[in-house]
Amino acid sequence: MCGRRGPAAEKDAGLLRGWRLYDAPRMRVALFSTCLVDALFPDAGKATVQILERLGQPVEFPLEQTCCGQMHANSGYFEPKLVRRYVDVFANYDAVVVPSGSCAGAIRHQHAMVARAAGDEPLARRAEAIADKTYELSQFVIDVLNTDDVGAYFPHRVTYHPTCHSVRMLGVGDRPLRLLRNVRGIELVELPRQEECCGFGGTFSIKNPDVSAAMLADKMEAVIESGAEVLCAGDRSCLMHIGGGLSRIRAGVRTLHLAEILASTDEAAHR
Amino acid sequence: MSSGELIWSEEGWAGADFPQNAKQAVNDSQLRRNVRKATGTIRERRAGLVAETPDWRQLRRAGAAIKDDVLHHLDGYLEEFERNATARGAHVHWARDAQEAARTVTDLVRATGHTEVIKVKSMATQEIGLVKALEQAGIAAHETDLAEMILQLSNDRPSHIVVPALHRNRAEIRRIFLDGMDDAPKDLSDDPHALAEAARLHLRRLFLRTKVAVSGANFAIAETGGLLVAESEGNGRMCLTLPDTLISVVGIEKLLPTWRDLEVFLQLLPRSSTGERMNPYNSVWSGVTPGDGPQSVHIVLLDNGRTKALADNIGRQALRCIRCAACLNVCPVYERTGGHAYGATYPGPIGAILTPLLAGVEHAPQLPFASSLCGACYEVCPVEIDIPTVLVKLRHDAVKAERHRLQDATFAAAAQAMSGRRRWTLALKLAPLVRLVRQGAPPPLSGWTRTRDLPDPPPESFREWWTKHR
Repeated sequence: MCGRRGPAAEKDAGLLRGWRLYDAPRMRVALFSTCLVDALFPDAGKATVQILERLGQPVEFPLEQTCCGQMHANSGYFEPKLVRRYVDVFANYDAVVVPSGSCAGAIRHQHAMVARAAGDEPLARRAEAIADKTYELSQFVIDVLNTDDVGAYFPHRVTYHPTCHSVRMLGVGDRPLRLLRNVRGIELVELPRQEECCGFGGTFSIKNPDVSAAMLADKMEAVIESGAEVLCAGDRSCLMHIGGGLSRIRAGVRTLHLAEILASTDEAAHR
Repeated sequence: MSSGELIWSEEGWAGADFPQNAKQAVNDSQLRRNVRKATGTIRERRAGLVAETPDWRQLRRAGAAIKDDVLHHLDGYLEEFERNATARGAHVHWARDAQEAARTVTDLVRATGHTEVIKVKSMATQEIGLVKALEQAGIAAHETDLAEMILQLSNDRPSHIVVPALHRNRAEIRRIFLDGMDDAPKDLSDDPHALAEAARLHLRRLFLRTKVAVSGANFAIAETGGLLVAESEGNGRMCLTLPDTLISVVGIEKLLPTWRDLEVFLQLLPRSSTGERMNPYNSVWSGVTPGDGPQSVHIVLLDNGRTKALADNIGRQALRCIRCAACLNVCPVYERTGGHAYGATYPGPIGAILTPLLAGVEHAPQLPFASSLCGACYEVCPVEIDIPTVLVKLRHDAVKAERHRLQDATFAAAAQAMSGRRRWTLALKLAPLVRLVRQGAPPPLSGWTRTRDLPDPPPESFREWWTKHR
């Protein structure tokens, strides 16, 4: 990818503690909010914008965007027109930032397949080109903006759930944790059996509700066992699932998107 | 029913109706405990061994590449295998489907004049329903693998590819022995050693008196015409060496080009399957060796949907599978349902793709949906089968094969709403309606709200906020 690491970035990182990257490349960056964040979790979108702007990276939100089509594809309904829309809307940007490992993963690993299944090779090629410049939030901040300290302050006990698609399909590795470790005031606690799926799986949770609920029960048990006040992840979809369960059993643990923690600052905390 | 027992139906289980079977399985707390304990143990052993193997990634890559070469040139390798096996004194038979394979084996046993066979554990013989077919021909087939024997004694089915009786604990096994094994000691305890000893004595008599054996094979080597069986108990070695006649049912994708290729697979297989550095027993035989071992050796090469799977350009990678079951052991769905819920010879993630690929997705339309697509299976697969991608592709085939009016219409409406800025903005206005059904939605959303709340809808959508503030 186009990670830009250099002596200048390393020198500045110490001086500026990652607050503002004056050497950040001048890029035209778009936010793909994802349909779920747009409709139900706007705070994760707002937080993403705040982080990028705080890091000196202007961001645009093309209003023609809708959905990556993952829910459709994973349910068996291939919608090349949603792939085409994504490709058309974001064709002219240098990078697209997505606050979701799952949607970014679908864009990188599914769009071309959906186009090819419809026999549209030119679309598949364009989809591959745009997939290459589509980044999940933590990838973009660390690999492109070259910082793992976004200057956040969040004085709470937090546990992090590495969502399946972010880790296994996209390979974000420990990037989200590197960002979280540099949040001031945060107390990070380990989530037991963290690599295990929460049981969401999109329409899996509705088509196979019994298995999904059994997986969710174990995930909730792990969250409670961790002793955290806040469960954090890079995907609002998985958080909607776990959070929906925690809310039902009145567990007293809230869920926050990674971006919401990274966006929070000292001032915000004292407001 | 030419595909045999790829998909089975039995009283109490609704064939391959996974959601229904899973509901039943998830509520069986003993089953869940047994499966979790067993898969957890193997999973950890495997992880430890993979971590100590420095070239694991290269081994996986090599395994996938060798199998891909086999699949791309299957016609050539099959003929090479037949030539070499025949030259060494084996008889090679070809079977298009389960029925043909079962009939071939039955005829071969009949020709010996014997009415009893001993069996090595084999997925291919499960797949073609061989034990039942032999039984119908008046031939008793005795399973000699400990787990398979437990299942045969209790009239049960395998629930795992490598550890078929994984759904049973030792207390249950003690009961099964006392009820089903005529020579079990009356004071049998549930100590694993005592159970194994009882089985050993029972089996020894069978090994010594039976003249015909049936096996599968883990690998078939084109270069030599040889077959390999990897196992842990030594029962396989007995079956493969003591009888006069040996009949092996082998899927056509089991081929490896050369003897040297075993170097890769005999490292991948034991680590992935049982969490061992090597299999305790690797038996290899090539045709007939005069005066040593079976003097009448037959090999039945089985298609049963494999060439159909080969024609699927995304699905064909499933034919690389070496039946290690590593994907079952890490699967969060399998861990909670066990294998019977899949209603098929091949359970778990690999079964969810292999069954529809071999039998036709129209016969198992639920199986590709029996996964949360978490990808743990792909991560551990020793031959890099991208199971999640194949699952998604098969879901696409499934919705095309079978129409569901409500579901089709819902997804079409959603796609329509997402196909333009104005429509989407309008659709977002409906979000506050979620509030009405947060804790109790009508079907099919009721599957969600039975155990989870829906989110509290926000006062405005993200795009409304953006438009106001930018």
